[in-house]
Amino acid sequence: MSCCTTASVAVTHVPEAPGVAIRIGGITIALHTDNAEFRALLQRRYGHFVVPPGPADFDFQLELSQPFAGARLNDDVRVWSNGGKWFFQRGDFYAEWDQQARHGRMMHLPNPYSVDAVLRIVHTLVLAQRGGFLLHAASAIRNGQAFLFSGISGAGKTTMARLAPPDATVLTDEISYISHERDSYIAHGTPFAGELATLGANEHAPIAAVYLLEKGSANRIDPVPTSDAIRALLRNTLFFAHDPAMVEQLFNAGCRFVERVPVRRLSFVPDALVWELIG
Amino acid sequence: MSVSKPLYIGTSKSIAARMLGGEMMIMSMRDSTFFTLNEVASAIWRAADGSTPLSDIVSGTICREFNVEFETAYRDAGELVQRLAEHGIVVLSDHPITAGPESSNAQ
Repeated sequence: MSCCTTASVAVTHVPEAPGVAIRIGGITIALHTDNAEFRALLQRRYGHFVVPPGPADFDFQLELSQPFAGARLNDDVRVWSNGGKWFFQRGDFYAEWDQQARHGRMMHLPNPYSVDAVLRIVHTLVLAQRGGFLLHAASAIRNGQAFLFSGISGAGKTTMARLAPPDATVLTDEISYISHERDSYIAHGTPFAGELATLGANEHAPIAAVYLLEKGSANRIDPVPTSDAIRALLRNTLFFAHDPAMVEQLFNAGCRFVERVPVRRLSFVPDALVWELIG
Repeated sequence: MSVSKPLYIGTSKSIAARMLGGEMMIMSMRDSTFFTLNEVASAIWRAADGSTPLSDIVSGTICREFNVEFETAYRDAGELVQRLAEHGIVVLSDHPITAGPESSNAQ
C-alpha cells in the first residue's frame, strides 16, 4: 500500500519555524515547529541532549497532524528509499528525508513518541553509513571505559542500569549508541530510555566490552564463539531499512565490531555484586 | 547424490559474507537471515566458482584438506549445497554458471 495516497509532504526549503536542536552521538538534528507548546515538550523530553540553536547536521520541519486517514496506530515501521530520499512511516507518523540536502519533513501526531521513532531511524541510517549502529543494550561508563549489556526485552538491561554503582555513569538502560571513529568504537549516551524512564548521561567513552545478558544462579562471565557474538549483535541491533545495501552495511559493521571489541556472556543474579565483575 | 551428473555451484550476489574465527559468516541481503559455515562448508563455499563441479571440489579440496572419504564427503557436500540453495545463498546448475543477476563467481 502506498503511503503517498494517504499522506504526502514535499521536501522543499521553506523558511523554517523555530527549532529544538537535539544532539546525540555528535549528530545534531533540529526539529522545527511553530507550535511553542510542542517545542517546550521536546525541550523537556530531551533535556540535556538539547543544544543551543545553530547550524544542525539535519533539519526536520514538523507538521502536527494526523498523517493517515483512520486509526493505524498499530502499523509497523516502514523505511524505504526512492529517488535519493528516505521515507519513514508508521501509524502515527509519515516522514520524508533528503539526506543529501540535510532536510526533511515529518507529519505526526502531537506526541514525542513519533519524534523519538524518527530520530532513531535517522540515527540508524547515518550510523550504518559510518560503521556504527544502535543496539538494544544498557550501557555505562566506568573507569573511563564503556560497558554494554545487551539482550532482548526482559533480559536484564534495566536491572543492570539500576544496579550500577555510584562510580558508574549510566548512558542508557535501553538503546546504546555505538559510533565507529577511526579504529575504535565509542558508546554515547542516549535519551532513549526503557523502564528506567530517565535520560542517559550525555557522555561518551571507548567501548571495552559487550556482555550478552543471561539470568543465572551465579554471577559469571563466559566466552562467546564469534558466530554467536555476531548473531546476537545482529539480532539486537535496531534496524529499519531492509534494503540490500543497508543489510550489507549492517552485517559488515557487526563483523568489524566483534573483531575489535570483546563480546562475552554475562550470567547474573539480580544483585549489585555483579558489578564487581565489570570494569 | 549421483556423481554421474556434474553439479556446478555459484555464490549468490544477494549475500554478504565474511571469514571470522575460522568460520564463514553469511547474511542474506534479501531476508537478513544469518548463516555460519563450519570449516569444511567454508572450504566448499570458497571453491564455489561456478565452473568447478562439486565432485572436483570434494575430491580436490575437501578430501585432501580434511582427510575424508570421497563418497561420504560428496554426499554431505551435496546436502549442504542443497540447503544453501534453498535459502538463496548459492545457485546450482548442471552446467557451468556464468555471472548473472543472481550469481557471482567473484569471491
